[in-house]
Amino acid sequence: MKIHEYQAKGILAKFGVPIPRGEVIFRKEDAKAAAEKIGTPVVVVKAQIHAGGRGKGGGVKLARSPEQATELAGQILGMKLVTPQTGAEGRIVRRLLIEQGLDIKRELYLSILVDRAAETPVILASASGGMEIEEVAKEHPEAILREVISPAAGLQSYQVRKIVFGLGLPAEMAKVAEPFLQALYRAFLATDASLLEINPLVLTGDGKLIALDAKMNFDDNALGRHPEIAEMRDLDEETPLEVEASKYKLNYIKLDGNVACMVNGAGLAMATMDIIKLAGGNPANFLDVGGGASAEQVKNAFKILLGDPNVQAVFINIFGGILRCDVLATGVVNAAHELKIKVPVVVRMEGTNVDKGKEILQNSGLNFTVAAGMKDGAEKVVAAAGGAR
Amino acid sequence: MSVLVNEQTRVVVQGLTGREGGFHAEQMIAYGTKVVAGVTPGKGGTKHLNVPVFNTVAEAVRETGANASAIFVPPPFAADAVLEAIDAKLPLVVCITEGIPTLDMVRVAAVLRASKTRLIGPNCPGLISPGKCKIGIMPGHIHRQGNVGLVSRSGTLTYEAVDQLTKLGIGQSTCIGIGGDPIIGTSFLDAIKMFNEDAETNAIVMIGEIGGNAEEVAAEYIKTHVKKPVVGFIAGQTAPPGRRMGHAGAIISGGQGTAQTKYAAMQGAGIHTVQSPAEIGSTMAGVLGKAAAK
Repeated sequence: MKIHEYQAKGILAKFGVPIPRGEVIFRKEDAKAAAEKIGTPVVVVKAQIHAGGRGKGGGVKLARSPEQATELAGQILGMKLVTPQTGAEGRIVRRLLIEQGLDIKRELYLSILVDRAAETPVILASASGGMEIEEVAKEHPEAILREVISPAAGLQSYQVRKIVFGLGLPAEMAKVAEPFLQALYRAFLATDASLLEINPLVLTGDGKLIALDAKMNFDDNALGRHPEIAEMRDLDEETPLEVEASKYKLNYIKLDGNVACMVNGAGLAMATMDIIKLAGGNPANFLDVGGGASAEQVKNAFKILLGDPNVQAVFINIFGGILRCDVLATGVVNAAHELKIKVPVVVRMEGTNVDKGKEILQNSGLNFTVAAGMKDGAEKVVAAAGGAR
Repeated sequence: MSVLVNEQTRVVVQGLTGREGGFHAEQMIAYGTKVVAGVTPGKGGTKHLNVPVFNTVAEAVRETGANASAIFVPPPFAADAVLEAIDAKLPLVVCITEGIPTLDMVRVAAVLRASKTRLIGPNCPGLISPGKCKIGIMPGHIHRQGNVGLVSRSGTLTYEAVDQLTKLGIGQSTCIGIGGDPIIGTSFLDAIKMFNEDAETNAIVMIGEIGGNAEEVAAEYIKTHVKKPVVGFIAGQTAPPGRRMGHAGAIISGGQGTAQTKYAAMQGAGIHTVQSPAEIGSTMAGVLGKAAAK
């Protein structure tokens, strides 16, 4: 799960990470009071959306007076912010963070995430603050410092020193960096974050380290033990159909093709998207109904798939194994009746009582095609959706 | 032979009295797996499915000589269950549970790597040596005893591949579902090494997914060490970057872990790659046909 910058900074502040003073506002009328409260000659007006590159899209501006802050807030609130990460459709800005302007001496990069190969948290740091780490990794991989943290021993002082010297900071900065990094690491562990990124981390004229930006993503599997974080979810930042799907605990990702697919299991769902593409079609979505594929879930899945106006045909690919295909087929037929499904549906299923299941589909009087396998199914559904494009 | 599990495997099921654990234990017993014990704290001394239930894994091992564990414990408690099984010195632990927090697995991994236990999973279908032993949730009847070793990150896609092999008359030595999470006990590399050393395994199928670089690491090993033919498929060729495709581990991040880089690594290692998931079985049939003709 993702959260906004101001929310991430709120969490970090609780763990003792220094952040700029700031106020979040939802209306431009509140900008003046926020800027006055912060009280610095310059304040920064920052659009809050779940995507990076906000500055490039015109979502981050400097104001030299509370009046100018109000004017900028009026411009940015409600704007459709297009950044390299939002895609062409952009995001509507609904929240702003007004922050104190800082005397910035250097901009650095810092993040913590779990390294899959090392099976531990790792701190990444680079002297190129403000740049995307992927770009730095591509151009100058040697410029990225990497400190693997032992889950048993925790972050050690020598590791902090390696980072300080590696970034070319003066030796005395280790005293400032130690509590900063320890607080950051504590926040990462305590919140079950999957990514904690400070970009840029700034060194101010008076020798402080401050998290000028903050991005936190969380492990969805751990949200159950962090209700206060789960509450920070902003549904405006998510695709409406994906929000709807999450209510049914369906794993759905909208894509831009016209062949919908409903599959049990994530790997098979990805493979089904792949085979639709190989057959010359374009998948409209990723959808995993779960290993069991119950009648109720099939119905919910149909609702989600048909909520996408681009969908011209549906491919149901269920490898049941233990699952009974007659029960599944009955569920599919009932859902199709109840939801008055008009688009052609191609069904491929394997499992117990598969022949009985096929019979139920064929005798339903509905627009069902039974496929002999994955390849046959993909070809049939692509043809039903108007052929290869 | 076969790897990891066979007729000698004696299984303790952690979470035997739960709905999932009970259902799948029954299926495992029906397949012929020796399920010798269950563990549910507080229900020690009772029986479930005619299997004795114990309060702790250590007790179950001591009393029944179990040498493998199958874990069907809900996600918030699953890491603890794995650690308990490691503590009981079980040589093999299979964790089926999906949804374990990643930082829980960071703690498990640290203990696991310092132990002699082999962990399969979590978030996996388990493993099966057809005709001998099944620990997991896969449908037993689609398998057939034979000489192809299969390793995969996925569940139902594995069944699909097994089904294709069996329908072509190609049996399997052992099929291992290593799981779809970012941190897992047994990697592709581990499984490939075992298959490479197993006298009964003549060829290997490896089914990967986008995300991480475990497939690339295994391909590098195969290039220099494996003479047995390998057929490889990667799911997620059409997946968009930055989105988690169901499995917590299936995500392209920072331009890494794409299907393209994985296919390139596999091809560079001489692996017979398959673009279509419908042609995994037929490709293996072709490879084996060629091998037989030599």
